Amino acid sequence: MSRLIVGPFNRVEGDLEVKLDIQDGAVRQAQVVSPLYRGFERILTGKAPFDALVYAPRICGICSVSQSVAAAKALSAAMGLGMPANGERAVSLIHATENVADHLTHFYLFFMPDFAREVYASESWYEDARDRFTAIKGTAAQDMLPARAQFMHVLGLLAGKWPHTLTVQPGGSTRSVAAGEVARLAAILAAFRRFLERHLYGDRLERIAGLSSADELAAWAEEKPAISSDFRRFLQYAQELDLAALGPSTGRYMSFGAYGTESSPLFGRGLYVNGAPGELDPQQITEDLSHAWYAASDGPLAPFEGATQPDAERSEAYSWCKAPRLSGDVVEVGALARQLVDGHPLIRDLVAASGGNVFTRVVARVLEIAMVVIAMEQWANELVPEQPFIAHGQLPETGEGVGLTEAARGSLGHWLRIEKGRIANYQIIAPTTWNFSPRDENGVPGALEQALAGAPVRPGETEPVAVQHIVRSFDPCLVCTVH
Amino acid sequence: MSAMKAEEKAPVRLFWLQSGGCGGCSLSLLGAEAPDLVTVLEAANIEVLWHPSLSVSSGAEVIDLMERISDGSEPLDILCLEGSVMRGPNGTGKFHIMAGTDRPVMDWVEALAKKSRYVIAVGSCAAFGGITAAGSNEVDACGLSYDGRKPGGLLGADFRSAAGLPVINVAGCPIHPGWLTETLHQIAAGRFTTRDIDEWERPLSYTMHLVHHGCARNEFYEFKASAERLCDLGCMMENLGCKGTQARADCNMRAWNGAGSCLDGNYPCINCTAPGFEEPGHGFTETPKISGIPVGLPTDMPKAWFVALASLSKAATPKRLKENAVADHFRQPPVDKQKKR
Repeated sequence: MSRLIVGPFNRVEGDLEVKLDIQDGAVRQAQVVSPLYRGFERILTGKAPFDALVYAPRICGICSVSQSVAAAKALSAAMGLGMPANGERAVSLIHATENVADHLTHFYLFFMPDFAREVYASESWYEDARDRFTAIKGTAAQDMLPARAQFMHVLGLLAGKWPHTLTVQPGGSTRSVAAGEVARLAAILAAFRRFLERHLYGDRLERIAGLSSADELAAWAEEKPAISSDFRRFLQYAQELDLAALGPSTGRYMSFGAYGTESSPLFGRGLYVNGAPGELDPQQITEDLSHAWYAASDGPLAPFEGATQPDAERSEAYSWCKAPRLSGDVVEVGALARQLVDGHPLIRDLVAASGGNVFTRVVARVLEIAMVVIAMEQWANELVPEQPFIAHGQLPETGEGVGLTEAARGSLGHWLRIEKGRIANYQIIAPTTWNFSPRDENGVPGALEQALAGAPVRPGETEPVAVQHIVRSFDPCLVCTVH
Repeated sequence: MSAMKAEEKAPVRLFWLQSGGCGGCSLSLLGAEAPDLVTVLEAANIEVLWHPSLSVSSGAEVIDLMERISDGSEPLDILCLEGSVMRGPNGTGKFHIMAGTDRPVMDWVEALAKKSRYVIAVGSCAAFGGITAAGSNEVDACGLSYDGRKPGGLLGADFRSAAGLPVINVAGCPIHPGWLTETLHQIAAGRFTTRDIDEWERPLSYTMHLVHHGCARNEFYEFKASAERLCDLGCMMENLGCKGTQARADCNMRAWNGAGSCLDGNYPCINCTAPGFEEPGHGFTETPKISGIPVGLPTDMPKAWFVALASLSKAATPKRLKENAVADHFRQPPVDKQKKR
């Protein structure tokens, strides 16, 4: 048996190290190390509650709005504050822009460049993949970056800037929108739709969002040559390299639900466990500190009781990432989980056939771009100028609130307790905390650690390409993970 | 002929490290426009040796490159650090060990900075410590040449890179893409000198200005027609903590994400290009006052004059501004004396 240490692991958000024990040409077991600790939960303690809206987004430059949304939700829960319809739509638009842009960034800049690696030089599609997806120099980045930047004008207009906006507040958005600006939003979204339909899909968004089975997806892919769109290119690589065999999921998925209102979100809240939908009880969430560099706790802690006391010398620990568990179990979060929970027929059919894996994680993300942009067009159309975008309220001297939402890469929760008008405790569980958790007190590895077991390692590989695909298929965000 | 010469010129080699930050400055940079980031780098003849979110290489290849730069066998023109230097706990740097190396990132930063012709702190974290140094700064985060407002930091106040410049602090939380791309372009062209930086070593190209310059709320400011709630259109200085009249940046002279600025988003400037912005000593969206007068007045205006002018202009505020200042959308259009609406 030999050991490989892969790191710095780039084209993920933040710093990552993966330790692999290799035997007989495959990964036997993996340890996932999140090497950076900053201590946001301790920074927030003692602050005025509204100041969380300045600090929390700065946990992460790529999930910044998601952090704002979670903080605003925790505050509004503590305040008992509702939101006018315009506020819901504006916040959904702001949040969706970030998440869709993140999906796009992941696909074009983080995930696809691995197919331009030398290791695939003998594949029939290699030359095209190299021209299209080579990091920085490929034509795809050149097409995508201007389209992404123009799409982000939605945030210039609705959020002042991105990342790190303060428009997202407990009662809605500070930024009301005038009639002419509604028209501008529609035009920005139309331009973005054109980019997606021309380059990413080679088809209408509605056609993609409406694909309802594995057979339909395969038939759609066959309609045109693979080089007619980037999604078709991916489907070809996935089939020829059998990406469905890489990075199997544990089969337990969770989504906090996203966009729209708490009572009728665009994507619903819940679980999907071994092929069956289920209810989510957030009270069953705990964090285990047994293998993380923190002072030991008396068993796993519920987030409201959670503590963050760093201890870099703890011997059995190997990561700054805590190990969140739901009813003691590992769950996977992300676009795949979101669409399984919400019941998208294509995703449920694909997972019924091959489970959660590198292939299905990427398909769910690409599908979601189409679904969410269609919803954004509708929200923009429903904005009513001259009606309020925000409700204002008073903070209680004492209280608590939970803010649950979905970042691009999965479920994000903030647990806030206020005492004497200040933050008494603030605990955050981010999507990649779930996916990249270390082992728990029972020695059960986290979702990525389990997904890596069995990954093939080619002779002489120091950075196994299969491992690269598996890690990136989760679209990890390490700065959120530890915060 | 000149085009050929440009092609022959050796590329300017850039290496980018991230440490105690959020990666938001890189993400902001990806939004560079007119032209896009790839085109800007090409135009400036900059070759990205490695950037954690953009490059293809991982692991051993990167470590090897860093080792070659530190021992001088590979030349480096520009080192960018994004995020704070993590010195804790107890000076060990263990809060951020560089993946794959068992060595604190702060050691790597120091080794590479010594060899680089120019060193750039990207964002307020790398410049001064920033958000990561907030609270009681238990993680001992600092900037490259500052620890908050105190000169020093990781490299020391006297640090000069091989080109003879101090660390260039492209401060901001996050940076505007243009602040960095224009600085990179000037460096690559050999035109960036000590004359181009301010007292905190920030590029004057954007700190020559105040956030106040070009603010769409200037008319409200002139007449002291103030916003009361986050969403109101009036000036946010009197009640909502806005520091635009003191903050150094051209945020309202160049668009953020094609269309905005914090002020255009109806929230106050929090002076994120300044050292210590992360601990203002009051709520970010509140204005501290002494007997009703805001404490933080415009930087170079005599206080007595400000008070006198403010009371005068308040007395002269047109009804249109009074009404619009406390509304979330414009209710009263300007009046044309020639023709009524």
